[in-house]
Amino acid sequence: MLESGASLGPVEVAYETYGTLNADRSNAIYVCHALTGDAHAAGHHGDPDRRGWWDNIIGPGRPVDTDRFFVICSNLLGGCQGTTGPSSEDPATGRPYGLGFPLYTVRDLVEVHRALLAHMGIEHLAGAIGGSLGGMQVLQWVIDHPDEISAALVICSSSRLSAQNIAFSAVAREAIMRDPDFQDGDYYGTGRAPDTGLSIARMMAHITYLSEESMREKFGRRLQHGDAPRFDFSVDFQVESYLQHQGESFLKRFDANTYLYMTRVMDYFDAFADPATVGASLEGTSTKFLVVSFDSDWRFDTDHSREIVRQLQSWRVPVTFREIESPWGHDSFLLEIPEYHRTVEAFLDRTADDLGI
Amino acid sequence: MSLRPDLDVVAAMVHRGRRVLDLGCGDGALLAHLIDERGCDGTGVEISDEGFHACVARGVPVVVADIDQGLDDVEDDAYDVVILSQTLQATHRPALVLQEMMRVGKVGIVSFPNFGHWRLRWSLAARGRMPASRSLPYHWYDTPNIHLCTIRDFETLLAHEDLRTLRRVLLDERGRPLDDYRRRRPNLLAAGAVYMVGRSIP
Repeated sequence: MLESGASLGPVEVAYETYGTLNADRSNAIYVCHALTGDAHAAGHHGDPDRRGWWDNIIGPGRPVDTDRFFVICSNLLGGCQGTTGPSSEDPATGRPYGLGFPLYTVRDLVEVHRALLAHMGIEHLAGAIGGSLGGMQVLQWVIDHPDEISAALVICSSSRLSAQNIAFSAVAREAIMRDPDFQDGDYYGTGRAPDTGLSIARMMAHITYLSEESMREKFGRRLQHGDAPRFDFSVDFQVESYLQHQGESFLKRFDANTYLYMTRVMDYFDAFADPATVGASLEGTSTKFLVVSFDSDWRFDTDHSREIVRQLQSWRVPVTFREIESPWGHDSFLLEIPEYHRTVEAFLDRTADDLGI
Repeated sequence: MSLRPDLDVVAAMVHRGRRVLDLGCGDGALLAHLIDERGCDGTGVEISDEGFHACVARGVPVVVADIDQGLDDVEDDAYDVVILSQTLQATHRPALVLQEMMRVGKVGIVSFPNFGHWRLRWSLAARGRMPASRSLPYHWYDTPNIHLCTIRDFETLLAHEDLRTLRRVLLDERGRPLDDYRRRRPNLLAAGAVYMVGRSIP
């Protein structure tokens, strides 16, 4: 049963784990992935060059230390990397759900995580961590179940999107839905898919994940071929080539309908919308928060994090917060930035000490 | 773990279970004490990386911010007690910081070194050098203390800001409460002071 009242099932969940669950089942950390992530957060499956998307932070001796913690990462509900989503088969029709997949919320994402934990016999988490949409799940999790998580790490996230954030999502969805190959979302098995729309959506989103400074540093106005501009409409600047590559490589791993659903999940998210419920839940919670933002992130700038901090503090929730200096924009949360990693590591070390693990 | 004597004086002014904000909380020792021993809800504000990491290591909630920029994110009356321990003299805008702390807290506790102490006066008068002492162990060129004041100066600022003294504890050079004899000439004989400050009743 979803928050909307619609029901969905059965739901299959793809997940990976790293490290060892201790005898008390007290050392688990849940990694919540962002918009386009998947369950493959760390390590590799035979090819050392294809490591998980958060491999730099998860592993033995890393900030999310798998010598100490048992780390779980699952593909989100509505995803396209193994967990039931719009591209999965609807048991009622025998065909992919497409847009027949019900709309769901961040709360629903969390409930699927919890069902997986119940299946694994884990009742309490040492920690939950996520960046961007991942951080939204961590926040919602604590609001809905204030005693299930000892340490909640919310990285460059938001408690509710701004009009500008929603605008970017809207344009991305328009690009997909106006693609002639979209076919009302029922493109599976037709030999056509809204690849043009999806790659444009990805290209535009990618611009918002970087900062102007990082783009200047990475590409400047450098040309792709030689020193002289071609003066035509082909891919001439390096930044164009980079975006094109991002857009095209995205098609191999992502489903357009999942992109629609996931962006919509973020649009509707409003963690503190109902102060009475939030207050009743958060007051007296044992969860400790770490909130981190990056100074060059303009997709979810520091004001989004400050708002989370302000709200949590107003309910007397212990919050540690800092803005990290980084030129890399929203993408910073995926990168190995020493002060950022040091902060995550220190916070989790303290959590482990408090829990005796 | 025992607290530094002057922090002990501050801690003694905070009642059990209070909501405490410590501005310039340093390594978080005072907050850890208030949280663990007195059941307070505590949050620190700190600008330095070392201070931040020391707080995280202690499990003390801490926010990195520059208190000279004001406390825009904090609502009026959000805290029972706001502490400014050995920090006032290192701020760029002491009056603003004082106003902000009294806006977000019902009660303020301020401790600072007394620049009117006779040793410091003597050092300047007799040796003609900028004074250094146990509580002010810096050279003039590397000191973070840019707005030093005397006890009398501080009381003038309180009056100017329409704040009143609820309690005052004078400190000796080791940060312990001053003996009776020296309490008679505080501005000359106290090495520091801790003030509990409230808003004036209109």
